Amino acid sequence: MSEAEAKPAGRVIPAPAVTVESQPFWDAAAEGRFLIKRCTACGKAHWYPRAFCPFCASDETVWEESPGEGEIYTFSIMRRSPTGPYVIGYVTLDEGLAVLTNFVDCDPDSLRIGQRVKVRFQPTDGGPPAPVFCPA
Amino acid sequence: MSLKGKAYIMGAWEHPTRDAPDKTTAQLHFESARGALADAGLTFDDVDGYFCAGDAPGFGGMSMVDYMGLRNVRHLDSTETGGSSYILHVGHAVQAIAAGKCQVALITLAGRPRQGQGGRPGGGARPGQLSDGAPEAGFENIYGGSTHNTYGMCAMRHMHDYGTTSEQLAWIKVAASHHAQWNEHAFLKDVVTVEDVVNSRMIADPLHLLDCCVVTDGGGALIITSPEVARSLNRPRIKVIGSGEAPKGPGGGQGLDLTYSGAVWSGPRAFAEAGVTPADIKYASIYDSFTITVLMQIEDLGFCAKGQGGRFVADGNLISGVGKLPFNTDGGGLCNNHPTNRGGITKVIEAVRQLRGEAHPRVQVANCDLALAHGTGGSLGTRHGAATVILERE
Repeated sequence: MSEAEAKPAGRVIPAPAVTVESQPFWDAAAEGRFLIKRCTACGKAHWYPRAFCPFCASDETVWEESPGEGEIYTFSIMRRSPTGPYVIGYVTLDEGLAVLTNFVDCDPDSLRIGQRVKVRFQPTDGGPPAPVFCPA
Repeated sequence: MSLKGKAYIMGAWEHPTRDAPDKTTAQLHFESARGALADAGLTFDDVDGYFCAGDAPGFGGMSMVDYMGLRNVRHLDSTETGGSSYILHVGHAVQAIAAGKCQVALITLAGRPRQGQGGRPGGGARPGQLSDGAPEAGFENIYGGSTHNTYGMCAMRHMHDYGTTSEQLAWIKVAASHHAQWNEHAFLKDVVTVEDVVNSRMIADPLHLLDCCVVTDGGGALIITSPEVARSLNRPRIKVIGSGEAPKGPGGGQGLDLTYSGAVWSGPRAFAEAGVTPADIKYASIYDSFTITVLMQIEDLGFCAKGQGGRFVADGNLISGVGKLPFNTDGGGLCNNHPTNRGGITKVIEAVRQLRGEAHPRVQVANCDLALAHGTGGSLGTRHGAATVILERE
């Protein structure tokens, strides 16, 4: 067990800023479902979710439930934290989207780029639960 | 229309303070402006263009123009791209002057992060309240991203893709420290070794304490003038011959690549306008929030091939008088000064010193007639603005 894992998982995720554009995402998150947005005009998915497609500017975007599986694109272990080390990084979803997140339920020192991970939801400080990823 | 040679940097002044508990941020802006105007031989009444960024307190440019007593401003620009804002402002000032919108442009920066005022603007709404802030906030700001760990993510991926090592990154700090030892104002004056850097404590993997820049209070200012005003002043004329700017972000999540920066666009734009190539540059000021910042930008600007930055910076290649690309001869943000966590203006100031032949004699580049200043503001790990200027001694 590393020093990083031995410390309590003390970092509390603050409440996400919820907007009229993102409200459906956070409502689904409260039910444990992970949504992404896809454009029906050009077929491309995008992240973070918007009311319009950032690739073709169409308004024809729809919510799509994702299994929330993918691999680690990159990460960094923040050692300078009063609540103990935590890991920030990008996961590349199997749908091809890069998603900024925290990697949890793991020994930070064991993480590797390319490692398979899966979404789970973590309570936040007074807001809806936030998507985080753990080793698959 | 080319803007080559349409304006000159005629004043440049770096505030000597590194710790300012007894002054306001507005005051540091004022003192920096005064210093740069005095350097140019101009007064506040000569200023008809004013440029500032997010560090300007109150209502940005409007508060500062009133506070400083600028009575003749006819061009106001508060473009905000984080630490690179002031490099970008140089390009904007050239545009404004060439367009006849102003003749004497003042650019200022100041802040006091050491007094507990260095926090980032923005953030989420209170729980249960809908936010109308940055659209990405809910999806990004909650994960504890800071400059350290978001740049750490870039370094981690660069190492993965190109085999870059911590020792190679350390050489960038080593080079900066060799320069800082001659700067009486430098926050860190001690020469460090590769071993010192890689043995310093880990902050955000793979970046160590000494991979990071300093945190300093302070400020700086620049004066850009029309050719007519420049010729009326008794100072060396530093001509802005090229500028380029570019934002870069996660791009909707498709094709994320954190191993390059917006310099891949801002650099070529500036080089094309100037009609020169990276091989022609005698001195380069390269934004150095972290060692990885320098390495990526050196690659992106074309000083070496993508992925070869580690080899390029090793063995003192960035040390003035030793290597092929003398960089940040004031000690840069890594050792000298990173006022209010924004290093863009000091990048331009040291390039001007080099072109005037006013750098410290131990770091002055011989026959320095062509220099580059480049920066990125925001975060390389999420979204940032890149700005490049190419300067020539007339």
